[in-house]
Amino acid sequence: MRTERLAVRGNEAVGPYALVRLARGGLDPGQPGQFFMLEAPGRVLPRPFSLCLAGTGELAFLVDPVGHGTRAISALARGDAIRVTGPLGHGFDLSVRRPLLVGGGIGVAPFPYLSQALGGPPALLGFRTAHHAEAASLVPNAEVVLDPTLVTEALPDDPGDVLACGPEPMLDALARVVPGAQLAREAPMACGYGACYGCVVPREGGYVRLCIEGPVVMANGTGEGA
Amino acid sequence: MDSHILNASGCLDPLAAPDVARTLDIVVTKTITPEPRAGNPPVRIAETEHGMINSIGLQGPGIEAFVGDSLPRLARLGVPVWVSVGGFAASDYARCCAALDGDDRVAAIELNLSCPNVEEAPETAAELVAAARAATSTPLYAKLSPAQWDIAASARKVVAAGADGLSLVNTIRGLAFDPATLRPRLVRGVGGYSGPGLRPIALACVHACAAAVDVPIVGMGGVWSGRDALELLAAGASAVALGTVLFADPHAPDRIRSELAAERAAVGTEQTPTRARKLLSH
Repeated sequence: MRTERLAVRGNEAVGPYALVRLARGGLDPGQPGQFFMLEAPGRVLPRPFSLCLAGTGELAFLVDPVGHGTRAISALARGDAIRVTGPLGHGFDLSVRRPLLVGGGIGVAPFPYLSQALGGPPALLGFRTAHHAEAASLVPNAEVVLDPTLVTEALPDDPGDVLACGPEPMLDALARVVPGAQLAREAPMACGYGACYGCVVPREGGYVRLCIEGPVVMANGTGEGA
Repeated sequence: MDSHILNASGCLDPLAAPDVARTLDIVVTKTITPEPRAGNPPVRIAETEHGMINSIGLQGPGIEAFVGDSLPRLARLGVPVWVSVGGFAASDYARCCAALDGDDRVAAIELNLSCPNVEEAPETAAELVAAARAATSTPLYAKLSPAQWDIAASARKVVAAGADGLSLVNTIRGLAFDPATLRPRLVRGVGGYSGPGLRPIALACVHACAAAVDVPIVGMGGVWSGRDALELLAAGASAVALGTVLFADPHAPDRIRSELAAERAAVGTEQTPTRARKLLSH
């Protein structure tokens, strides 16, 4: 596990989201679906983000400014620097034959990097509004559906190997339709490296830490991602 | 003399982050209970303006699985291990301490007498310490809650009951609301408040207890910098433990150690705390 102070290289709006680009320093981009803890200036705890893009010498994160921490991070500008720890957790298992990326809202964040690793597979993305859907421009071969249409309604009959990230209800609905799907889940997280036991999810009658066992988990509860 | 830096119990999994564990002088385990515990349902944590609240609920494997599975791996880290034990009755503390008694992989036992997130034992802190003392000759540190009017009186009682040292302080009960719904953010409602907001409270507790008892004190509560650590030492702590800061910065032990050395040098030796007792540890 590595922690470094990384300089902000840029920050661009993508619809309502901020694409925050950091100089990579000595940090490895890791596997798609793995995550990093980003310092939120002025806040006590860092925030977890999956890697969105790994440009040359860069790590980029897509941030939805919905709370104190995410607003502080999306306000970062060139010249700022923040503490970053990662990559952390288990990412997507990339040994899939017919990948289909299924995402909703800010859940599309890991897809640009994932899509690159998988050679640009088809993607099915759901958004609340056309403004939010501007984030689809980051994902090659994306079909977009807008609220009230659900991604589960737009799924092909034979969806293949589904790799998904999005809001909890979307992932739960997908898990019922595609039990073999890989789901990148989310939970409130203080540390990201197994120390706080805050990010647990139920499994086998108990709780497991999503930062250690996930964040990518199998929909049917068997095993974990890569 | 270099002051030891520990982690606060429940703020590091040395087996998940061995590289962080090796930057500490002593690692303290998450509290172990006699039986396995699933812990509290999520949501378990929430950030607040000056800290965070948690309600983990002592999730853990139980003392037998801990001794059989975790302890051998902890011993291989090469860092002295303190085991935090807890429970819901004096017999629980006695059972855990008996299971660890005489085990040379355990440098000391910390008695979690003050978890804010589970039912309290019916006995007093002193009675719990006495039960633990009867079960083991391993050094015992009593971890007290800051939520009491006269913590010095508690300190005298637990020392009289056989505690070899004090760990000050545990978290204090706090509540955080969701801004939109005005409902508690944690499923259990209240949680243990920690982080920078706890710092002046911890300082007051260490200061009061250091004047009341003549045993080593591990000071903790919102330490974020070497200056914070120095203040706890000045208040009478012999060592400092890091809690919430480890969540924010896994490199905090090395950073705070070097900041502490610089702060000490800047303040000067005549101001360096002299009361500090050597930690009792096997």
